Amino acid sequence: MSTVCELPSSSFEHLLHRLYAVQRQFLHIPPQAMHQIAIEYNVPISQIAAVVAFYTFFHTETCGRYHILFSNCTSCGYLMDGHNLMQMLCDQLQVIPGKTRQDGLISIMETSCIGMCDQGPSLLINDVPFSRLNPGRINQIARQIISEVPVTDWPETWFEISNALYRRDLLLTESLVPGSALQIAFAQGAEPTLKKIARSGLRGRGGAGFDTAHKWQSCRTALGDTRYIVCNADEGEPGTFKDRLLLQRYVDAVFEGMTVCAAAIGAQKGFLYLRGEYRYMHPHLIEVLEQRRKLNLLGSQILGQADFQFDIDIVVGAGAYICGEESALIESLEGKPGIPRIRPPFPVTHGYLGQPTVVNNVETFIAAAFIALKGDEWFKTRGTELSTGTKILSISGDCKFPGVYEYPFGTCIQRILDDCHAKNVQAVQVGGPSGRLIHPQDFDRVISFEDISTGGSILIFGAQRDLLIIHRNFAHFFAHESCGFCTPCRVGTRLLKNHLDKIANDRSTMVDMLEIKRLSHLIQHNAHCGLGHTAANHILDGLQNFPHTFEHHLQNDFSAQFDLHRALANARQIDQQSDAENPLD
Amino acid sequence: MPGRSINKAMLRTLWINMMTISSSTIRIDEQEIFFEAGQTIMDAAMAANIYIPHLCHYPGLPPSGNCRLCVVGIGNRSVAACITPACAGQEIRNNTAELNEVRKVVTQMLFIEGNHICPTCEKTGNCKLQAIAYFLGMLHDHFPQFYPHRELDASHPHILLDRSRCILCDLCVRASREIDRKNVFAIAGRGIQAHLIVNSPSGKLVDSTIKVTDVATTICPVGAILIKEQGYQTPIGQRIYDQRTIRETAQQEYVSAKAKNDAD
Repeated sequence: MSTVCELPSSSFEHLLHRLYAVQRQFLHIPPQAMHQIAIEYNVPISQIAAVVAFYTFFHTETCGRYHILFSNCTSCGYLMDGHNLMQMLCDQLQVIPGKTRQDGLISIMETSCIGMCDQGPSLLINDVPFSRLNPGRINQIARQIISEVPVTDWPETWFEISNALYRRDLLLTESLVPGSALQIAFAQGAEPTLKKIARSGLRGRGGAGFDTAHKWQSCRTALGDTRYIVCNADEGEPGTFKDRLLLQRYVDAVFEGMTVCAAAIGAQKGFLYLRGEYRYMHPHLIEVLEQRRKLNLLGSQILGQADFQFDIDIVVGAGAYICGEESALIESLEGKPGIPRIRPPFPVTHGYLGQPTVVNNVETFIAAAFIALKGDEWFKTRGTELSTGTKILSISGDCKFPGVYEYPFGTCIQRILDDCHAKNVQAVQVGGPSGRLIHPQDFDRVISFEDISTGGSILIFGAQRDLLIIHRNFAHFFAHESCGFCTPCRVGTRLLKNHLDKIANDRSTMVDMLEIKRLSHLIQHNAHCGLGHTAANHILDGLQNFPHTFEHHLQNDFSAQFDLHRALANARQIDQQSDAENPLD
Repeated sequence: MPGRSINKAMLRTLWINMMTISSSTIRIDEQEIFFEAGQTIMDAAMAANIYIPHLCHYPGLPPSGNCRLCVVGIGNRSVAACITPACAGQEIRNNTAELNEVRKVVTQMLFIEGNHICPTCEKTGNCKLQAIAYFLGMLHDHFPQFYPHRELDASHPHILLDRSRCILCDLCVRASREIDRKNVFAIAGRGIQAHLIVNSPSGKLVDSTIKVTDVATTICPVGAILIKEQGYQTPIGQRIYDQRTIRETAQQEYVSAKAKNDAD
């Protein structure tokens, strides 16, 4: 979508950052601020208002001084062993979810997965993650808030985040001396580096599996004034948290991979788009970038290459799953709502500011850095013919050892379940809500681009789980995250959500099964982008592999979508009449 | 021919010749048609007088692809004809029972997500959403209504914005930006919360630069943007879609846009 207004020069603070600063200061974004920012950035005020309305972390109503976002993911969400932790905290602090308390002290809301799935129920309080929640912790939090202890003075141990890495393979057993991959890339030259990446068979690790070397080569040869490198660190798929670990421990390899790419295709500017939920890692990333500048691995004349300059900026998102889609991410980078573009043209020819742009994810850049360093033969020692190398998985749900695991492509699901000590598994959701719901009879299937492709999220559901709650959770997720651009996804995801609520409320009949199937197919085939194409996967898989999930909720006879008695309750109370006096049936 | 300067007509002839040389064909429902390089499937179909149902597309404006009524089949894929480039040799399914069923469901979705109560709407008979529903044989809404609460803006003395009827087609946004050069409208919000906003400090139409004569004012396919005090100048029964189908008006829109483009 074209607009007459482009983002001002890069010397400007990024629009999302500017809005975030305003939000921090005023606890919301007031109309006057939007007006002023529109003038500063020389964009229509409607663009600012559209951006504020699009991202869930921006608010036009004042938030509390303690602003709490509970994750509602199936792994790190607030429902835990029969407890509703969000409701517990709300009750203790006398606050209604989604509404700021009258005195302005506290607001509590829910948000999509915050990437803490291996840490148990989690929340963000004033942007800082707080994991391993339990009823006791909720009581402690309530006490701190009631006594108005600043979050910075809360016990540090509460905020500890462990990064459990249970299985290392090809990539994660390596360590990268900053600059070492670049040195080899410079020594060998751009063409040979590209050929090496091509021979390695490296494909994008986001799940779609596009050939990385082909992408880089296309960007290199595309016509443009300049070229950009974008690292997609917006892992928003519920159940994914590997980037959290990778950006903590392997971020040098990420930046190195980006720089190798820049050298190979002739880019001067790169961005790492960090999901808003990971804002707490921003200082760490800035620090590593600064170190790399000092080591002459960023900036001008990198490692003495007279004609090569490259630098990287971090842009922090503001809560929008759709920005993981590469063209939506680029829109967001340009300071707009994250609505996926019309493709073609693809970002490799018309990306950021209309210029050729490579977008790869965190894991892909790490792999590229190590391939540059260790060679393509080394990389091909793992994986299958069409899926070379390894895949880094985020494993969570009903297992003893949730965490990050690196496996060669071609590893079967049963092996993965055994390694993380998952017992009595009913189903596995591979690839997050947009992926596939796998039945035990298919646990011999393997993780690979040719079989089950995944961006890395593995959600394990034990026998005790009601899968309908999972489906309902996913349906709510997609309805919440749909960007609203195209009709089938905007309306269809909402209809699916309503249908699953209806089934869960025991008000459905067999007709509703046919209806959700029909709707799922329609959204899958006719939506504008990948979000819509995949939003109903879990329902179609559920209907096919686990029909009993739905069937035991079905009624034999028609029942209305709403409960007439409940709908009339208020009126009857006012009227002081009982159901018995006025039977409906 | 020495001394002879190249005039506009010569350039035009040259252009047409080039186009003829560079054009290839696609096939829509067994009918083979020419397309020019850079055309979308929709462009090529319109030029060949083949109707692909659409709501958010208007000849002369950049396409958006949001309504999804123009979905056509290529192999086992569905694509929006208005944003998909025509490629030589494409075999495209358009007027099939299966696709028209999809379009009907999409139309039903548009009906139930807003508040479209045709008998009370002054756009009735001139409304493209209503016309496409008739064209596709949509006899009921099918889905439960969403009954959204959407803000009405009656601030402007001559123009009414009733968001209840907005189908988020983005036509006013594009017309204002591309033709009127004003940028009066934008779409804000996510998912089902998406809504039309006005580019003025108060967010009200009265404080915007919109005029009754703007294309953005009249391009609305539904009754979301209306010129006040004109609603019943044409009696019901004599309105656009009382006399023609949306298929016919779509072709007229194409012909007049082409004539205007040629004149420019």
